[in-house]
Amino acid sequence: MLSINNLHVSIKDKTILQGLNFEIQKGEVHAIMGPNGSGKSSLSHVIAGREGYQVTAGEVNYNGENLLMLTPEQRAHHGIFLGMQYPVELPGVNNMTFMRESLNAVRRARGEPEHDAVAFMKLVREKAAQVGLHEKLLKRNVNEGFSGGEKKRNEILQMTLLEPSLVILDETDSGLDIDALRVIAEGINTLRSPERSFILITHYQRLLEFVQPDFVSVLLNGKIVRSGGKELALELEEKGYNWLEEGVAA
Amino acid sequence: MITQESQRRWLQQHLQQRMPNTFAHQPSWLKQSRAQAYKAITESAVVNRKQEAWRYTSIENLLKQHFKHVAEPMLSTPGSQNRKLQYHNVANLDAYRVVVIDGFYEPQLSDIRNLPEGVSVKSLRHVLKTDPEYLATWFGKTAPHSEHVFSALNTALTNDGVFLYVDKQVELDRPIEVVYLATDNDHSLLLQPRNLFVLEDGAKATLVERFISDKDGMYFQNHLTEITLGQDATLRHYRTQNESRQAYHLSSIYLSQQAHSHYYSTTLAFGAVWSRTEYQATFKQAGAECNLNGLYMVGDKQLTDIHLDVRHSVPDCVSRERFKGVLYGKGRAVFDGHIRVDKQAQHSDAQLNNDNLLLTHDAEIDSKPQLEIYADDVKCSHGTTVGELDAQQVFYLRSRGIDESTARRMLCLGFAKDIVETIHLPALQQDAILKLSELLTGTVFVKD
Repeated sequence: MLSINNLHVSIKDKTILQGLNFEIQKGEVHAIMGPNGSGKSSLSHVIAGREGYQVTAGEVNYNGENLLMLTPEQRAHHGIFLGMQYPVELPGVNNMTFMRESLNAVRRARGEPEHDAVAFMKLVREKAAQVGLHEKLLKRNVNEGFSGGEKKRNEILQMTLLEPSLVILDETDSGLDIDALRVIAEGINTLRSPERSFILITHYQRLLEFVQPDFVSVLLNGKIVRSGGKELALELEEKGYNWLEEGVAA
Repeated sequence: MITQESQRRWLQQHLQQRMPNTFAHQPSWLKQSRAQAYKAITESAVVNRKQEAWRYTSIENLLKQHFKHVAEPMLSTPGSQNRKLQYHNVANLDAYRVVVIDGFYEPQLSDIRNLPEGVSVKSLRHVLKTDPEYLATWFGKTAPHSEHVFSALNTALTNDGVFLYVDKQVELDRPIEVVYLATDNDHSLLLQPRNLFVLEDGAKATLVERFISDKDGMYFQNHLTEITLGQDATLRHYRTQNESRQAYHLSSIYLSQQAHSHYYSTTLAFGAVWSRTEYQATFKQAGAECNLNGLYMVGDKQLTDIHLDVRHSVPDCVSRERFKGVLYGKGRAVFDGHIRVDKQAQHSDAQLNNDNLLLTHDAEIDSKPQLEIYADDVKCSHGTTVGELDAQQVFYLRSRGIDESTARRMLCLGFAKDIVETIHLPALQQDAILKLSELLTGTVFVKD
């Protein structure tokens, strides 16, 4: 589904990714772990199409298409969803209006009929209840005055609405209490299907207790330095990243 | 370059257009006002960029034009004007309606039937003919004779406008809408309506003023309004301006407030080629509140100037000034907000805010918030921001499948939202959002 070969990325002359290789197939859940500053968030932004990153070498293929040629909105239309680490606040933009605009834009691109206001309202209420997002937050401006957990639930709600085929969750677990973490894990597990892939970017093993990954990879200094099964996450939890770093240096 | 001489010549030329006998039958108080205005134009300081109030606002292009003063309403065809008005109508706005065409009150197109007792809405021209003494109490009382030469020019030449009077304790059941339509004429007209809005003690009213024009109308609207609010009176005042990109527009609003009166206003300035809105607000007695909100949208070849002067001369008054600007293309705007708190005006509470969104590198704002405080026990603050759209926010929306121009439009509307929401008439609010979206869909997002 997604295949990244020898990806080199820099931002304002600072090299962030240097020869990253990564592969994920349909239906797989793949965790990417790594210390701060290893390039995890940059990788997710490059996949989602954020401006400001220069791809100096390598390629990213998504279902046989050159992903790097697509605008962020086109990537969303093609089924890519990025759950942000720090979802931004959008002053004056109503959450409900935003989500309807978003869902209808994606539906239009897929050749599906748009939802009218009433149908959308019904749908969003139902999904919001599933992810434990209070209905009053739908009427507020996007993320404005939301707690950390509410922001993440709002991300999961959008994911649920858009029914993407490739989900990247960038540290969705950070800053969450255990109850919120459970709800979010449940949201992910509900959406798990043979047609849908997940890349879970995380610092800690904690989320992976609730969402069992098929693979775990370690991103260090802009490269994937090790991949393995879910037991790798436990090993990292125990040993930290230093032993891998030494390996890289050697 | 405009010299003092050339400016005076321009003013004289425009003054001389009046017919010799126009004012022959006018009451002595008006003749006196006119004479003082004449004197001010001939003798007192003309507008120049060395004055703080005009530092960033050039009138050079305005003075290159010659405008035609009109003494009498021109023969118009109400049918065709009516079609234009309908085109610009605010859907579902239920209001008494006054129509002013090219500076003259047009009774045939107005509808003020069934006004409550104690409320009168009249043509200034009509009252000057039938009962001129009646106006002496208010005309020229709130507006100084020579605030600047343009208000003097209005005083010297004006011959129509809207006179609104709301008697003590009377509350209007519906808003009053005043529509100013300027037509595309063979001549460039000098339109100088003058309004008197008087709310007696305890009166309550909502007033909507809309300035519209034919697409390519070329004129100078030199508009002057005097507002007097009695004790405990409340006026909600909404103004929208969206005029020909050839036209010049100056609105001078003079406001005088008695004890515990409330004035809430929202100005939406979508501009002309050159436009300036001035507020001069004075508290006459303690406990009054003045609330000025506004939004300006300024694009290519436009200059929009907002000039606020709020004077706390008595204790215990509250003033709020909150203006936002969205600038695009090579749009230029000036925000000059001035609050003065006199020594005796203890317990004044004044806040002044101006936020600007610059969508292009070529857009320019000169923002000048000023607090001048002579009292020691006051609560005053001011703040100004100038920024561009946040790249993270744009990316967030795009990553959710929303195309870039829609994303940018949504964020601009979001920025403007709290100002638009100060309009407490749902129909007008809806209309404002629609107009804003239209403007934002147009030429705004040509990337630089």
